[in-house]
Amino acid sequence: MIDTNISRRAFLGTSGALVVAVSFTACKPKGAGPVTETQVTSTPMNAHVEIGSDGFVTLFAQHPEIGQGVKTSLPMIVAEELDVPWEKVRVRQSEIDPKYGFQFAGGSLSVPMLWQPLREAGATARAMLVSAAAEKLGVEQSQCKTENGFVISGSKRLPYSELAEAAALLPVPDKAELKFKDSQDFKILGRRITGVDNEALVTGRPLFGIDQQFEGLHYGAYTKCPSVGGIVKSANLDEIKAMPGITDAFALDAKGEVDALKPGVAIVGTSTFAVLKAKNALKIDWDLSNASTFNWEEFLERSKSAALKDGGTSLFSDGDVKTAFNSADKTVEHVYAYPFLAHAPLEPQNCTAKVDGDKVEIWAPTQMPTQAVQMVAENFGFKPENIVLNQTRCGGGFGRRLFNDFVAEAVAISQKAGVPVKVQWTREDDMANDYYRPGAVHGCAAALDASGKITGWKVNFHTLSKDGETPGRSPNAYMDNEFPRHLVDHYSVNETVTKMAIPTGWWRAPISNGFAFVYGSFLHEIAHETGQDYVELVLSLYGDDQIIPGPQGSEINTARAKGVIREVAKRSNWGKKLPKGRAQGLAYYYSHSGYIGEVVELEVSADKAVKVHKVDVVADVGPIVNMSGAENQCAGSVIDGLSTMMNLQVNIQNGQIIEGNFDTYPLMRMPSTPEIDVHFIQSNNPPTGLGEPALPPLAPAVCNAIFSATGERVRELPLSKSGFRFA
Amino acid sequence: MAINLKINGKRVSSSSDPETPLLWFVRDELNLVGTKFGCGIAQCGACTIHVDGVAVRSCQTTLEDAEGLDVKTIEGLAGKDRLHALQQAWIDLDVAQCGYCQAGQIMSAAALLADNPSPSDQDIDDAMAGNLCRCGTYPRIRAAIKQAAGMGG
Repeated sequence: MIDTNISRRAFLGTSGALVVAVSFTACKPKGAGPVTETQVTSTPMNAHVEIGSDGFVTLFAQHPEIGQGVKTSLPMIVAEELDVPWEKVRVRQSEIDPKYGFQFAGGSLSVPMLWQPLREAGATARAMLVSAAAEKLGVEQSQCKTENGFVISGSKRLPYSELAEAAALLPVPDKAELKFKDSQDFKILGRRITGVDNEALVTGRPLFGIDQQFEGLHYGAYTKCPSVGGIVKSANLDEIKAMPGITDAFALDAKGEVDALKPGVAIVGTSTFAVLKAKNALKIDWDLSNASTFNWEEFLERSKSAALKDGGTSLFSDGDVKTAFNSADKTVEHVYAYPFLAHAPLEPQNCTAKVDGDKVEIWAPTQMPTQAVQMVAENFGFKPENIVLNQTRCGGGFGRRLFNDFVAEAVAISQKAGVPVKVQWTREDDMANDYYRPGAVHGCAAALDASGKITGWKVNFHTLSKDGETPGRSPNAYMDNEFPRHLVDHYSVNETVTKMAIPTGWWRAPISNGFAFVYGSFLHEIAHETGQDYVELVLSLYGDDQIIPGPQGSEINTARAKGVIREVAKRSNWGKKLPKGRAQGLAYYYSHSGYIGEVVELEVSADKAVKVHKVDVVADVGPIVNMSGAENQCAGSVIDGLSTMMNLQVNIQNGQIIEGNFDTYPLMRMPSTPEIDVHFIQSNNPPTGLGEPALPPLAPAVCNAIFSATGERVRELPLSKSGFRFA
Repeated sequence: MAINLKINGKRVSSSSDPETPLLWFVRDELNLVGTKFGCGIAQCGACTIHVDGVAVRSCQTTLEDAEGLDVKTIEGLAGKDRLHALQQAWIDLDVAQCGYCQAGQIMSAAALLADNPSPSDQDIDDAMAGNLCRCGTYPRIRAAIKQAAGMGG
């Protein structure tokens, strides 16, 4: 978290120098006219706010922009409390610096973690501007107010730009003295604010990691073993070095953990095409003695056949599950499975590094810039202060760029080759060297009493990990309050972990992205098999309004859960009469502190072509920061969910990833896109993030609708495995 | 043997490997980095450019293929003093999430509107089916094309 006092001191240093002259690209009017350079002075108020002499303020976005919209939404929070009009705001991506704390994009955490610190950053600067104005006018602070970048006292209106130099010299007020706006007075928060990089994006200006170009830059490719864990024995390096445009080629050994440098062969040259052509001609003899031999299908079949039998290690055991099942009026049992997934962000991994003696400058499209600096320091012998990492816009993240292996490659290659290098992965490199969403198998059993109440819940969870002990790095680990723990009296989960060497990681809405499919489908099956109304069963499971305990920030408020379920049912006209072959499906899931209900309306043809007509989303994530971004995140999550559940899976045979490119990992295309309606239940609960939680309910909602439309129950993803396809 | 072509209205001569895909030629040699690499096999459309007014995948179109032809990249789409209607619609409707695919999307849409100023929903789906958006901004892409078409393309 950011302490603005410390931040400001860090900014001001000991010299007392307050005003920095900067040359910047003036904010030009909309259109493609020429860019002009202007000299303005800019006064830093704290780590997030600089006030320019030209009436604009510069706000610093500290976390990586990966498409989740934080380069726009985070500065909106500062601007609101600073009380400046959005039209007078310029946003710059911040440097990587301890004054911003740990900089990262993940877990839908940017808004919940930074909401209060950013309000404080804005309010602190505003309080100092008010103090400066009061002093200048010889009035009490209480006689001053702010509006649209001015301090107003009586008939006097002083622009922030005229107060900034004096204000920056004043003592930083205590947090306890800060005054914040009431939400009803918000002028920026909650509005539709368009992305700050939009114009640069649509005109093709450089923003992304891959866009870095400078004099003397070389291009690099790096080839790793197709079997995870294989190492280089030898390669045709002399042949490669003789190819046109190639300046160097060499093998590198592994360094650090699985998220640092993997062994492989580097090629450096004068153009991307030259190195990619050479990469195609590369012949490597691999030592496979320690390579993975994991087979996904083998694991899947073995786990499915064991899933309803006793076994595994107990993770949770609440109440007396055995007695609940022995005394049950009815039991329901089913097995569900979902596959490995790749993140497949559209910008393949790349990184540019310029090693100069004991210093290195890096341009990285990473979700974990602070960790990247630490990793480079630990593995490549640079002092942290000699590492400059420029965070670039990321062409998608989805959790892939939480690992900085591509940063390690660029640094290692630049260090060895002695030239600045942009290392470019191919799509095939990206598919074969991911940190995959691990697949899993869940054997589920429910016990019900004569009234239809669920009294017992038992899961056998078959999962995978690197060390065979615990699901490594927790991409597949149970939460303390995973559904329906604490809602069913007698509840148990047993875990069986298979050891394998394939790296796994967090894929958008980790854990929930698979669990929601399982539990949302299973609940629907329970309702069907016991003749109960599905929505009533779900609502009754949540029972009276209560708080289900959980990790901090993940306590579940059942009133909010029931609220979104009722609202999405209402908005979708749940239960409406539909023609044969067409049906609705509803699912709800809580993840990343967000409460999300979704209703899907779809049609299935006799030959299993699925046309999704409409998806209704209702989300309760507290107050909305940027309405435009929030709706876009929810719609995108629905499309990602649909795309993934229909056709996407990573097959692993003998430790090798089978899929190579988008022809075999077919993302959904525009013609399959349904109409999507997004609605928010806004409240004064603390705001939480929206990059992830709207994805998990989509898969069970679709599977439940397919069952209602056809009578066929899908218990294994992707749907294509059961013969379904997009219409 | 130098290869001559026109990029965004300017004559360009290159003695690079004639097999170089236009994607890497414009990015590495001309610093026109708006055209993006996504797959290298014409599956994703992130590298879409216009060659003699036709939307093509620049990862599959070589320097040699473009000899004597007129190439337009995203950097050449705007008019002298105003954006193309599609670029403006993309900004106004806040289409992008990560934004990586959007230059390619806009180039495909621009070729569509040049041929068909009032496309139907089906026409839009057909013209845009070759462009992937990993973030799932398809609803806003559709809306932006319709908005731009309404403004006269």
